[in-house]
Amino acid sequence: MRLPSWLSQHLAALRALLVLTILLGLAYPLLLVAVGRIPGLSDKANGSLVAHGSVLIGQAFTDADGNPVPRYFQSRPSAAGDGYDPTATSASNLGPNSVVDTLADNPDDASQSLLTQVCARSLAVGTLEGVSGARPFCTADGVGAVLAVFHRDGFTGPITRVVSVNQTGTPFVATYDGVTVEPATIGDDYQALGGIITPIRGDAPSHPAVPADAVTASASGLDPHISPAYAALQVPRIARERGLSQDAVRKLVHDNTTDRALGFLGEPAVNVLKLNLALDGLAPNGPAANGPAANGLAPNGLAPNGLTADGPAANGLTADGLTAGGQK
Amino acid sequence: MAGWIFVVSLVLALVAVYRPFGDYMYRVVTGTRSSVAERGIYRLVGVNPAAEQTWGVYARSVLAFSAVSVLFLYLLLRVQDKLWLSLGLPAVTDHIAWNTAVSFVTNTNWQAYSGESTMGHLAQMAGLAVQNFVSAGIGIAVAVALIRGFAARRSGTLGNFWVDLTRITLRILLPVCALAALILMVGGVVQNLSGGTDVTTLTGATQHLTGGPVASQEAVKLLGTNGGGFYNTNSAHPFENPTTWTNWFQIFLIFLIPFSLPRVFGRMVGQNRQGYAIVAVMGILAIASVALTVGFEVHGGGTVPQAVGAAMEGKDVRFGVPDSAAFAAATTLTSTGAVNSFHDSFTPFGGMMPIVNMMLGEVAPGGVGSGLYGLLILAVITVFVAGLMVGRTPEYLGKKIGAREMKLASLYFLVTPTLVLAGTAAAFATGNNSTALNVGPHGLSEVLYAFTSAANNNGSAFGGITVNTPWWDTALGLAMLLGRFLPIVLVLALAGSLARQRATPESEGTLPTHQPLFVGMVVGVTVVLVALTFLPALALGPIAEGLS
Repeated sequence: MRLPSWLSQHLAALRALLVLTILLGLAYPLLLVAVGRIPGLSDKANGSLVAHGSVLIGQAFTDADGNPVPRYFQSRPSAAGDGYDPTATSASNLGPNSVVDTLADNPDDASQSLLTQVCARSLAVGTLEGVSGARPFCTADGVGAVLAVFHRDGFTGPITRVVSVNQTGTPFVATYDGVTVEPATIGDDYQALGGIITPIRGDAPSHPAVPADAVTASASGLDPHISPAYAALQVPRIARERGLSQDAVRKLVHDNTTDRALGFLGEPAVNVLKLNLALDGLAPNGPAANGPAANGLAPNGLAPNGLTADGPAANGLTADGLTAGGQK
Repeated sequence: MAGWIFVVSLVLALVAVYRPFGDYMYRVVTGTRSSVAERGIYRLVGVNPAAEQTWGVYARSVLAFSAVSVLFLYLLLRVQDKLWLSLGLPAVTDHIAWNTAVSFVTNTNWQAYSGESTMGHLAQMAGLAVQNFVSAGIGIAVAVALIRGFAARRSGTLGNFWVDLTRITLRILLPVCALAALILMVGGVVQNLSGGTDVTTLTGATQHLTGGPVASQEAVKLLGTNGGGFYNTNSAHPFENPTTWTNWFQIFLIFLIPFSLPRVFGRMVGQNRQGYAIVAVMGILAIASVALTVGFEVHGGGTVPQAVGAAMEGKDVRFGVPDSAAFAAATTLTSTGAVNSFHDSFTPFGGMMPIVNMMLGEVAPGGVGSGLYGLLILAVITVFVAGLMVGRTPEYLGKKIGAREMKLASLYFLVTPTLVLAGTAAAFATGNNSTALNVGPHGLSEVLYAFTSAANNNGSAFGGITVNTPWWDTALGLAMLLGRFLPIVLVLALAGSLARQRATPESEGTLPTHQPLFVGMVVGVTVVLVALTFLPALALGPIAEGLS
């Protein structure tokens, strides 16, 4: 029996697909799985597991409420699930000019712009580490410093009204071009009303004390690394919490830093899990485990204050700042 | 500085492999001796490997194979919950299964799903990864068929699709992938069948570490310029791309075949210098684009990158800004679409570059095969434009570019812009742009990016847009399908038309197509055509955002 040619062509296609599926879809990957069982390779093929996790996969060093555990080096912010969730890897996908928050009474309806997330994280990290959290385009209370400027004729003419779009309380500046700045009203979309969205640079240094990777969510949401700069910023706190010398902690940081491979590939990076495991190995029962500092689980309890530069003033901001700086 | 050395080292590595790897591929696609395994496959499939096909038969074979593939993959995804290694995941919903099946068969690998929460290991291995191989094989096969059209002397035939597919898959893709997968495993990419491990973190929380046959899929994802990640965050995920050197290696794999295929072209038409001319066009465009992307990204721009001090949102520390930007350029200059950083959070101009790269039609160097045939179409258009200037009948490689050839080439060029612009307009007209996360110019960029990516079979995503709705899955599925197979049919028709011609001997009036003048003209034609087509759309999106 001779089949019509269109049918025999599709049957040939089906046979080809089935043959190739067995070869490429089963034999090839399963052979490699078998190769992955070879000693020496098997640790890597199974995910580079160590005690408490994988050296390749970052994790959050926070307590059940999402607050940083001060005796551990902290990872970067993460957009994977509730933070460092390998079953829901993700980046934030917020754009470079995401600067206007959605304000709402109900927290479920509110959303923070990327700028406000950055500002809030910067403030929280600054507070935790006892340095200034100030950044360009950020207000002192840790939201994006953004005004909606209304002109009489749309884009031109004298300014008639100015609103600080991310703040419902006292605006970060009193006046703009001689016009009094109003706080935002929940529910108003000032861009739709014709306001020109104007981020305000402010006078923060262009190289803030809190490094870039500490205030941004990673691509994978599972970034196992922080920059050497962010590690260095955390050294004094860790030394204090653990009763170690800063030099001893710095040496551990150095031991867990990978430089650029071959001198030009990628960036220097500090593996946070390996570093924290090494810390626990060095001072498992140091003051961190039972001293007063361990109470610091509640963010910045009283213990560190005597040692930090900005004592009580920082405390007023602590609670808000740290919550906002959690994994959004 | 390190970032620039990174780029230069990639260029040097690709220059080094151009001749040996190109020559190897040439021997594969022109060889006539079959191995035992190949003869077995021909017998099982029931084809005569010696039978030559006309362009019509060749095209129908491509379409039949792809149609069967879409159907097979769709069914596999719909019943995955009943199969081995499903990890307890449910069947994939109908519109996502349709979108994914089309996406992988068309070499797009647009992902409207999150790998770790949607696909079991069998669906990944026997469904998605198989299409990674064969869709790449089809791209190379079609490019080779077009070259045969140029090289043929009145034969009218283009080879045999089944033989091409088998040989390319077995002799090029499979061995290189096996080696690359092994190298990636040494770097730490996982390769197991585990459903995952629960671990208790240092602070007492539970973390579910995922497993899977990742290395085997990762290798072909890059080598075949597919780009569909095993996990949601693709090549940013440390289990897919754990180190700084695996990152370099991944970009190398992306470029390996597309940049070496011009060597195959040069050898098949009997003039290696023609291959050098084509690879020069690709190289000039690629280097310019990579340099611009890295430069824009490193030098910031946009309020948030300025507030942060570096464009680190959506980038991992180990890659940093320059190597992430280089990856973004590589993945969109080809039809790969894998990402190691999230383009949505790039600086405004840095984020525009991936869109521009895709709008170039992915010819520098483009997807495996598709990049070469796309660039040869542009070369044909250039020859025609040059012929108009001097008033002679245009010729390319001894073949006359007449009315029929020009019609096919022009239609080819029009397919993707039509799909991109009509699709974007349709999204706004029907209100489906409302699923974009951002508003204003950035919202337009997100929609524009989605259709550009789908119609060019790239598959990278600007993110920030919810695309797993029935409208988006259907619309983007159609854009991928038409954006893949209309051009393939047109290319094969052109190849058939060229194959029927006898060779015209070179005369004084023939424009030499191997000299810098011609290279410059092809670059110019490519840039001008793309600029004329897409500048209005770009002006409303990323350019408006970058200048505001």
